[in-house]
Amino acid sequence: MNSDWPKKLQQWAPYALTPLVVIAALPAIGPGPWLTLTVAGLTMGIMLFMVAAGLTLIFGLMDVLNFAHAAFVAVGAYIAVSVLGPLAGWTNETSLALNIAALLVALVAAAIASGSLGFVFERVIIRQVYGAPLRQILITIGALTVIEQLIIVIWGPQAIPLPKPAMLRGSVFVGSSSIETYRLFALFVGLAIALAMHLFLTRTRLGLVVRAGVEDREMIQALGYHIRRVFIGVFMAGTALAGVGGMMWAQYQAVVNSQIGDSMTILVFIILIIGGLGSVGGCFIGAILVGLTTNYVGFLAPKLALGSNILLMALILLWRPRGLFPLAEHH
Amino acid sequence: MSETADILLRLESVFTNIGRYRILHGVDFSVRRGRVTALLGRNGAGKTTTLRTIMGLWKARLGKIVFDGQAITALETPHIARRGIAYVPENMGIFGKLTVRENMLLATGRTGFAQDQLDRVLESFPALKMKWDSPAGSLSGGQKQMLAIGRAIIEPRRLLLIDEPTKGLSPAMVDQLVAALLRLKREHTTILLVEQNFRVAEAVGDDVAVMDEGRIIHTGEMAALAANHALQHRLLGLSMADGV
Repeated sequence: MNSDWPKKLQQWAPYALTPLVVIAALPAIGPGPWLTLTVAGLTMGIMLFMVAAGLTLIFGLMDVLNFAHAAFVAVGAYIAVSVLGPLAGWTNETSLALNIAALLVALVAAAIASGSLGFVFERVIIRQVYGAPLRQILITIGALTVIEQLIIVIWGPQAIPLPKPAMLRGSVFVGSSSIETYRLFALFVGLAIALAMHLFLTRTRLGLVVRAGVEDREMIQALGYHIRRVFIGVFMAGTALAGVGGMMWAQYQAVVNSQIGDSMTILVFIILIIGGLGSVGGCFIGAILVGLTTNYVGFLAPKLALGSNILLMALILLWRPRGLFPLAEHH
Repeated sequence: MSETADILLRLESVFTNIGRYRILHGVDFSVRRGRVTALLGRNGAGKTTTLRTIMGLWKARLGKIVFDGQAITALETPHIARRGIAYVPENMGIFGKLTVRENMLLATGRTGFAQDQLDRVLESFPALKMKWDSPAGSLSGGQKQMLAIGRAIIEPRRLLLIDEPTKGLSPAMVDQLVAALLRLKREHTTILLVEQNFRVAEAVGDDVAVMDEGRIIHTGEMAALAANHALQHRLLGLSMADGV
């Protein structure tokens, strides 16, 4: 019985990491700013999760490292610009329902546009470089440049302002803490998407196939499933999620430029490594940890803010060299 | 005529390369319906490569694989599996993060578990029932092997390809596995069994094919090989015949 303890501790420790960080930050920061920073960190984390989740599954299923993922973030953000422009009447109204309706329309449009582009991208580019990691890196970096330049051709080189809807501009006060309304909205949307993804992966046959394929894609084929077809679906869903993440991030920053995805890329790769490549659960925890660390360290030691996530990654890798939730070696 | 109809799987001069290396050099043999064919040979003889080539996991460069009268050589692995061929690889192919139930569910059709089939599997492998909702990664080696075989037979299959199921198992676990294989044999399940343990192969095999250096060097009835110690010695070496 006692001999099980170290094993169980090892198994559950990664789950305890986020609550420990949150609790440890409280005395160091003080209750007022702590709540503000925690909500900001959770919101940032959930938006990063949306972008990273697809990428980790794409890697887990087919060992494809897609450096062009940032382009889908940018496409989602610019689609939001194009959709929300004509819907300015809705976003400027002091009606929460109309504001949210406009954002939901933009969100769906971003998902459809990025997902459709993802479908074409998989067929035209990724399919040619399966099993060739170096060529994948080169061609996806090249594709990222091409898509970003096409964005400039279509929407122009200038940063485009994307004001938040009227009812999501202010803050709400909880005691002495102020929390931006938009962050609460983004947190809610992000959690809803994460929950939907969790239910899909754990409650549906297709989700089961995806999880099994990430572990051992040869065996899942030997059981009669076409992993390539599953992969196309996952690639589309992953790029659609990146588009949604881009749309939410752009709205959060209230400005869009063609490099919007690039600014997230390093954080997204840190999250993938922290979580364990291919693990969606690890990706979620990694994203939340990165979001919280960025905000807490930015407050406590602003000079360390830039390097804080790399430090976090180094510490986690020293503890768990294959990330928090490593997958079994797959074929 | 009747002998041809009796054959479920036939390999005709199959050559397989792995990278630059040729592993199979013209493999020829047949698996008869309702019988257990043991594929024997020393390490590196090409047994696992033969099973993987049948499953389409490695493609045959030359030659033909015929299953139930139809060539499956060029088919992709999922299509081969859907023809009713189940594969239990040497590493068992268990999805460790998934529960035992989820592992089994993946091998069922769209309608999920057929209760009688599930009962049959759990009767053969009661340990799986106890661990039904546990992650498969937490099972012992023997339990994982049971899960791998249970998963292969959770739906009626026309051919089972089983690669070294007793490797690394305790004697008690080997006995349990042999009992399960004998039960499948009694039900006239067609099995192609790769096995290093000659005693296991002898206990369950009806027919035998022996490989060496990527070729079939002997085919025949298992009983004949079991009775001929000189032939065992020549084909398999002393250690194999001694059941190591």
